[in-house]
Amino acid sequence: MKTRKAPRLVSQQTAFSLLIAATAVVVIPVIVIIIQIVLNGAGAISWDFLTQPPSQAGKAGGIFPAILGTFYLMLGTIIIALPVGVLAGVYLSEYARDDWMTRTVNMAIVNLAGVPSIVYGLFGLGVFVLMFHFGMSLLAASLTLACQALAMTVTTSREAILSVPREYREGSLAVGATRWQTIRHVVLPQAMPGIITGAVLAMSRAAGETAPILVVGAAFFLPALPQSPLDQFMALPYHLYTVAAHIPGMPRTTIWGVALVLLVVVLSFNVLATIIRLRARKRRYST
Amino acid sequence: MNINLELTDKKAPVSGEVRMSTKNLSLYYGDFQALRDITLNIPENAITAVIGPSGCGKSTFLRLFNRMNDLITGVKVDGRVELDGINIYDRDIDVVELRKKVGMVFQKPNPFPMSVFENVAFGPRRHGRKNRMELEDVVEKSLKQAALWDEVKDKLGQSALALSGGQQQRLCIARVLAVEPEVILMDEPCSALDPIATLRIEDLMKSLAENYTIVIVTHNMQQAARVSDMSAFFMMEEDRAGILVEYGPTAELFTNPKDKRTEDYITGRFG
Repeated sequence: MKTRKAPRLVSQQTAFSLLIAATAVVVIPVIVIIIQIVLNGAGAISWDFLTQPPSQAGKAGGIFPAILGTFYLMLGTIIIALPVGVLAGVYLSEYARDDWMTRTVNMAIVNLAGVPSIVYGLFGLGVFVLMFHFGMSLLAASLTLACQALAMTVTTSREAILSVPREYREGSLAVGATRWQTIRHVVLPQAMPGIITGAVLAMSRAAGETAPILVVGAAFFLPALPQSPLDQFMALPYHLYTVAAHIPGMPRTTIWGVALVLLVVVLSFNVLATIIRLRARKRRYST
Repeated sequence: MNINLELTDKKAPVSGEVRMSTKNLSLYYGDFQALRDITLNIPENAITAVIGPSGCGKSTFLRLFNRMNDLITGVKVDGRVELDGINIYDRDIDVVELRKKVGMVFQKPNPFPMSVFENVAFGPRRHGRKNRMELEDVVEKSLKQAALWDEVKDKLGQSALALSGGQQQRLCIARVLAVEPEVILMDEPCSALDPIATLRIEDLMKSLAENYTIVIVTHNMQQAARVSDMSAFFMMEEDRAGILVEYGPTAELFTNPKDKRTEDYITGRFG
């Protein structure tokens, strides 16, 4: 009996190797980026770095105002984008008929997600900063990022609502609940984990955006923390961009340190979204 | 094959007062006719069974009585469906009020993912009853009526999804009873249950029939024979669905069917 492998086994092994290689290509950059940022940036992290304002054009001091600004932005974005997204999602999934209007809206939402972020920035500059006279401010930036986040909050809300089993709606309607009561008391509570997951992901994206806020209110350095939504603000991604590209003689550790903080903020929100999703799934299947 | 369709015009025999009825009722899903010219009377405080092979339109027929078909786009209804002589498809009918009077239990038990208590209190709450004591009374009364109280009285706060399938279905019946309906529609309520749970639901139906008008769709002919007072046999032909072949007292329909097709079906020759 020959010991040479049959050709089909060889081709199977080739295919396996290719698949594994492709998967590795996907994973390796993520791991390398994280390792590189952690190794290089960990040295910059200290209590002062996280709690003090910067000095000497960011070469010394900390990045507290940028961290705070980023959290304000996330908060502002979600306060605007979540209610609008959920309401639109309810309308689109429960009330809208499948006509040309709805199809146009759906197409608009898909395209909303594809618009380059700097275009949102210019839109925000034209509409919120100049037309509505909000000026360069947290409010204008939150509104701008909210427009961008809407694509995600509407889509995830709609999908979450559509995934609520029809049996629940029927059970509610069959005891004489109105359509709105059915949505309010049966459908929305069931859809909530999905909606929240989408909202958290939208927040983490808002935290990482640089281009849109560049033109609607982010500042590299401010002497004071923002006192009202109409003040300018500092934000982590813009701070990172500036210290990395525009400040000569910037200590490299500081640059990596800012990147590390930004990465932790964004990733922790992604992890939070995953946890919410997993817990909701577990609850659904455990009973 | 030439089949006499004039059968549906026969006056159905009725015992007791008529609670609901259909008159020359046809229903279309778009171009597809799912029910054909159906006229029959549902007697009060009795169990009426709707039997027939899959796809013959019996669930569609049942869903006429609480206008559950309204949820499907492209449904058109011709003719009348009456509750106490009033056409429930009239334009000024409040569907929410109608569904309070005509409750429905579904094929698959569908308790909400809430506590046992909240499931039963759901309907009354939606209709504006807020007082906790009042709600507790309604919940207890409904669960007792649904023969579930003794099994769940110590776990009213627990998730309804933790109950067994048969308990869940009785909970769904209690949920309907809590809004004090007059008619209860049941769409194959035992098809997802084991034989013992099925018998309990059947016993429950018989006791409910003293005070409620019940219409049940069932696949199971023994079940129809066991519980129902009246039986309606629906069937479909090659490209036509929703034909009412025969309607009459269950004892008669099962022992002495007037139509050859009914006989063939109940003796198991097709379907």
